[in-house]
Amino acid sequence: MRIATANETYLADEALLRTRTQWAWLGLFALVLVAAPFVLNNYWLYLACLVAINVASATGLNILTGYTGLVSLGQGAFMAVGAYTVAWLSQKTGMPFLVNILAGGLVAAFVGILVGIPSLRVKGLYLAIATIGASIILQFVFLNWSSVTGGARGLAVRPANFFGTSLTTYFQLYWAFVPITVLMVVGAANLFRTRIGRAFIAIRDRDISAEVLGIPLLRYKLMSFAVSSFYAGVAGGMWAYFFRAVGPESFTIVESIFFLAAIIVGGMGSILGGIVGATFMTLVPEILRFGVELASPYVSNAGALLSPIRTIAFGALIMLFLVFEPQGIAEIIQRVRRFFHLWPFKT
Amino acid sequence: MRAPMTPARLEIDGLSLSFGGLKAINDVSFDVKPGTITALIGPNGAGKTSMFNCISGFYKPQHGAIRFDGEDVTRTHPPLRAKMGFARTFQNIALFRGMTVLDNIKLGRHAHMKTNIFQALAYFGTAAREEMDLRAEVERDIIDFLEINHIRHMPVAALSYGLQKRVELARALAMRPRILLLDEPVAGMNREETEDMARFILDVKEEWGTTILMVEHDMGMVMDISDHVVVLNFGQVIARGLPGEVQQDPNVVAAYLGSGDPAALMKRLAAGTSGGAEAA
Repeated sequence: MRIATANETYLADEALLRTRTQWAWLGLFALVLVAAPFVLNNYWLYLACLVAINVASATGLNILTGYTGLVSLGQGAFMAVGAYTVAWLSQKTGMPFLVNILAGGLVAAFVGILVGIPSLRVKGLYLAIATIGASIILQFVFLNWSSVTGGARGLAVRPANFFGTSLTTYFQLYWAFVPITVLMVVGAANLFRTRIGRAFIAIRDRDISAEVLGIPLLRYKLMSFAVSSFYAGVAGGMWAYFFRAVGPESFTIVESIFFLAAIIVGGMGSILGGIVGATFMTLVPEILRFGVELASPYVSNAGALLSPIRTIAFGALIMLFLVFEPQGIAEIIQRVRRFFHLWPFKT
Repeated sequence: MRAPMTPARLEIDGLSLSFGGLKAINDVSFDVKPGTITALIGPNGAGKTSMFNCISGFYKPQHGAIRFDGEDVTRTHPPLRAKMGFARTFQNIALFRGMTVLDNIKLGRHAHMKTNIFQALAYFGTAAREEMDLRAEVERDIIDFLEINHIRHMPVAALSYGLQKRVELARALAMRPRILLLDEPVAGMNREETEDMARFILDVKEEWGTTILMVEHDMGMVMDISDHVVVLNFGQVIARGLPGEVQQDPNVVAAYLGSGDPAALMKRLAAGTSGGAEAA
């Protein structure tokens, strides 16, 4: 059983990690992150990069939907804005990787602010539909503004340029993406230790009384949209460098649903939830593939079943979590923590 | 120590508010003197909460003015009023359920803080310093003061009703109030909780010097702690004065209990006026 932790300063009491156990977990996790590229084969490195990209974007959506309570189905479209920006910049300028990604984030943030304007008037389901509308408009722009977006063919992306080195292998990209994602996640966690994060949560819980407490709603809702789509834009930029081509089919509405599902499964309004949810949802197809491989000696034609099983499992997971664990995997983790804190007493 | 906030004077001048044909507030005027406790009472539907909502900026009255230390704030946006020093609690507790007690209280200071989004993401320099100063101040001046040390890290959803009301008062105090608007601070509380809350309200007045305007149904508590009482009925002021005077006022007795005179009641019904004021 854990006895209460005694902190001597307020700074220690409000730190992101407060106990030795938490530091130990973080150390272990950091070790795994550093060791992974030396241990994993190329395919798993590919997945690790994809996880990093998806965690960044899901964390962004979690700020908007999980913490500010503004449901958005536009995260895919914001990622596309970032990806197109990076693709265009990589072709037209020789600017370094980090500058392009930052630009991708900023352009996406600007588009996010525009899309967020209706959020002052509509919320919930209506806002979700409004963001779908915005996605459709953006999709139309990507398809038809051929001089910039390359129309239906899309754009090829030149390899990421990091101080003269081209980042082409998954090993190199891993070292570029993971630190960016870690920084973004830490930034999001910090946000909720300050007045800005509190204002977001206040808007989610009771927007009308938030206003009386001195929070200008429009400003903070747009700020939440801007931060969230900045995250999406940076993730989209990484995505562009990862797949090296961006087209109108790269980010569909399914992509947006994927991120919403990721934060529901992981846990809305929890930083850990965004990380776990995005990781889990990215790896589910792989787990299923593994299962199908195991079954293949016994089931004829198992390979052909993979695709439908994947789709059904994806949908079923969302439904099961909504019904049985609406707080997501993060809540399960909290329960396990409580169990060990109180052991040998029952929770 | 606590930065002294000068208590504000609030003047309500000829305020009228109607929803369609319904006059919720009809030409109401009264003053709230700096550093005093003024109670706004009246039967259900008298317009007390509408009055509060006008003062905090939810409703835009059609006529009249609300003046805060002489400055007209009738059309001022609610977040700006918060910054000027309006703080309020709500009848049906408006705490943020997803946050701990401490975060709820700190949220009250929002309008007076400066951290911007970039500093917040980095939690460096200004952001960390501002948070720590706020924490120290909240601990010293508010959490100790309201005796809620033991629950500071608890989620508000887990608290009893009486404690939630106290946390809401704590959050209002964190707003650096120059006028504190309390909407039914002891509604639904048992006797002990009511006495605690009454003591805290008196302490706020004495130690912080804040001007307080409250709506309350608990007459015992109102009569005990108010300096001044304003009675509303059907959107109009029917009496005002010291607690003792108001209690004796025949208009007030009639509004609360009926006049006890069937003839007067029949006359009122025949005249078609619903107001107790004219009849009694």
